[in-house]
Amino acid sequence: MSRFTDHNVIVAKEIISRYPKQKSALIPLVHLSQEQNGYVTEDGMRHVAELIDVTPAEVYGTASFYEMFRFEPTGKYLINICGTMSCALLGGESLMHHAEESLGVRAGSTTDDGLITLQHAECQAACTEAPTLQVNYRHRYRVTHDSFDQLVDDLRNGRLDDEVPPHGTLGRNRQQIPADRLVGAVHPDDVTSGPSWVDVAEDAPAEGAAR
Amino acid sequence: MTIESPFAWAPGYYPGDRPEIVTSRFRYDDAHTLERYVATGGYEGLKAALAKTPADVHAEVRASTLLGRGGAGFPAGVKWGFTPEGVWPRYLVVNGDESEPGTYKDRLLMECDPHQLIEGCLIASYATGLSQCFLYVRGEMPLAHERIATALDEAYAAGYIGRNILGTDFGLDIILHTGAGAYVVGEETALIESLEGERGMPRLKPPYFPASVGLYGQPTIVNNVETLSNLPFIAREGSAAYTAIGTESSPGTRMIAVSGHVRRPGVYEIVNGSTTFRDLIYGDDFCQGIRDGNELKTFVPGGGSAPWFLPDQLDIPFEGPQAGAAGSMLGSGAVMVMDSTTDIPAAALSLVRFYAHESCGKCVPCREGGTWLYRLVERIVAGHGTDADLQTILDVGESICPGDMPHASSERLGIDAVPFPYKMTTICFVGPSAFVPIHSAMTLFPEEFDARVTKREERRTIPVSSEPVGVGQ
Repeated sequence: MSRFTDHNVIVAKEIISRYPKQKSALIPLVHLSQEQNGYVTEDGMRHVAELIDVTPAEVYGTASFYEMFRFEPTGKYLINICGTMSCALLGGESLMHHAEESLGVRAGSTTDDGLITLQHAECQAACTEAPTLQVNYRHRYRVTHDSFDQLVDDLRNGRLDDEVPPHGTLGRNRQQIPADRLVGAVHPDDVTSGPSWVDVAEDAPAEGAAR
Repeated sequence: MTIESPFAWAPGYYPGDRPEIVTSRFRYDDAHTLERYVATGGYEGLKAALAKTPADVHAEVRASTLLGRGGAGFPAGVKWGFTPEGVWPRYLVVNGDESEPGTYKDRLLMECDPHQLIEGCLIASYATGLSQCFLYVRGEMPLAHERIATALDEAYAAGYIGRNILGTDFGLDIILHTGAGAYVVGEETALIESLEGERGMPRLKPPYFPASVGLYGQPTIVNNVETLSNLPFIAREGSAAYTAIGTESSPGTRMIAVSGHVRRPGVYEIVNGSTTFRDLIYGDDFCQGIRDGNELKTFVPGGGSAPWFLPDQLDIPFEGPQAGAAGSMLGSGAVMVMDSTTDIPAAALSLVRFYAHESCGKCVPCREGGTWLYRLVERIVAGHGTDADLQTILDVGESICPGDMPHASSERLGIDAVPFPYKMTTICFVGPSAFVPIHSAMTLFPEEFDARVTKREERRTIPVSSEPVGVGQ
């Protein structure tokens, strides 16, 4: 199944409504599609295109720019090992060699059982805790060869099911805006004056028009 | 094994006997909840701001000289003032796409104290008349995403966000937006492109200065997470309390991540302006020196894009102009330290590869040059390089950054500093950033490259066999 489920269509429409222009919802909707299907499919992109009224090619054009979107079947767990400077200085490369050997796959491929995809990654914003990796973007810090093997064992035996959702799921919760509190997004062309709480006379600092 | 930080929920963070402006709640494991936030002075800054006119709040922020923490270090209050008069709507875009090599602070701020960031967004939007706020969080940070989503829900329910905030006319939606993996999106115009649902490629400035022509072509303020996280303090305590910390030109505190070969790598909230790199790397309250008693070889002072410093530069303080005169920049608050055991060409390769990989492909010098630099440096590190490759690296670099490249001075090599910045042939800083690390490495440690390459024979003629082809045996 690649098109959105009925439930996800409702979620998608709510996301779209939050933006002044609906194309802004493109990336969040491709995430939603990837969450539903495990990777980004052609039908999934077609459905996104229908919902935000652009062509499927535009969806692919944008989505293909971003590394988190995968266009082929991906393991339930995506392991990204960082190789940028701070991690490289503290054994990131050796960790990658170990991971390739231990999993029996080269970086960029998936184990035969389809469970784990191994990837080389760039800086994960955890540089003080090098070397790091992410499993479905959940950080693991100061990873040793032993702790890597333990992690794989835990993943294979379902011991991290609560902590690490399957690939494609980002946050396990979503922002929910109560209708009675929502100000609401307005198309920029339909806005002609400043917000009610701004006194326009006050909003004219001397250097306002500088440059 | 290096030392572990005291708070499991804030990995890498170490408190100290120092003023805390943005990390004051990191000691609580529930700092991300509304309950803890309100119990520790949370949303008091918003209340104080709402009691004043927007112009007065803007003036207070301008008086604080709060410098942007994303990398450029431009004063936030001045940046806000660039929005043209009478043009509506205007937007706030929060840059939470932290991905500069070595940088690790915005993620902590989003995970540990999301309400502080939200309060900062509210204060900024009130002060400058913004109608909607988009909180763009890097996709590879699901925990930050979860914490912010929960915090936003709590704040909406409690009346801090949405219609008629705290019973006033002020109304604002804050929308959580997730990125999908692209370093270049940290550049503010690329961030806006991405938020519009496009490929994250930077726009030309001018005309696309976000303050005048930003999101949907409207005036847009783009601020970094740490910058906005300072606003609750400034609104609550006043700009004088803020400028009392740090120096006149670099007031307040700033968060610095120190990684690499130090005894205690960590994220520290330091007093801005007066703290020096020596304090940070050797101080007992900070990194406690180099690991295993080794000597410091070199360090990157401001994220992967910054030219490298030597031990000669340790006494430079966190003042942008001083770092600039010495040949580098403070950037995004990321120090990467290399000790005497470091293989310099290989270390440079880890950064060159990053920038080659992250080029968006819009500007030719970056797209082609970055890739060429990567191939050349990789070949040298693998032991197959020649001295001609070293010259080619400089030639490729010249096509990205024409003219003098900034670098540090070295007593050992007898060279003087070339001040920052460089000239560039690309729209954004990704292109030059691919050349910066290899240029620094080759300038400051030429002997390591000379030892790594073989001499290529000089060819003046095309070799021609004396035997005609196909004749003989």
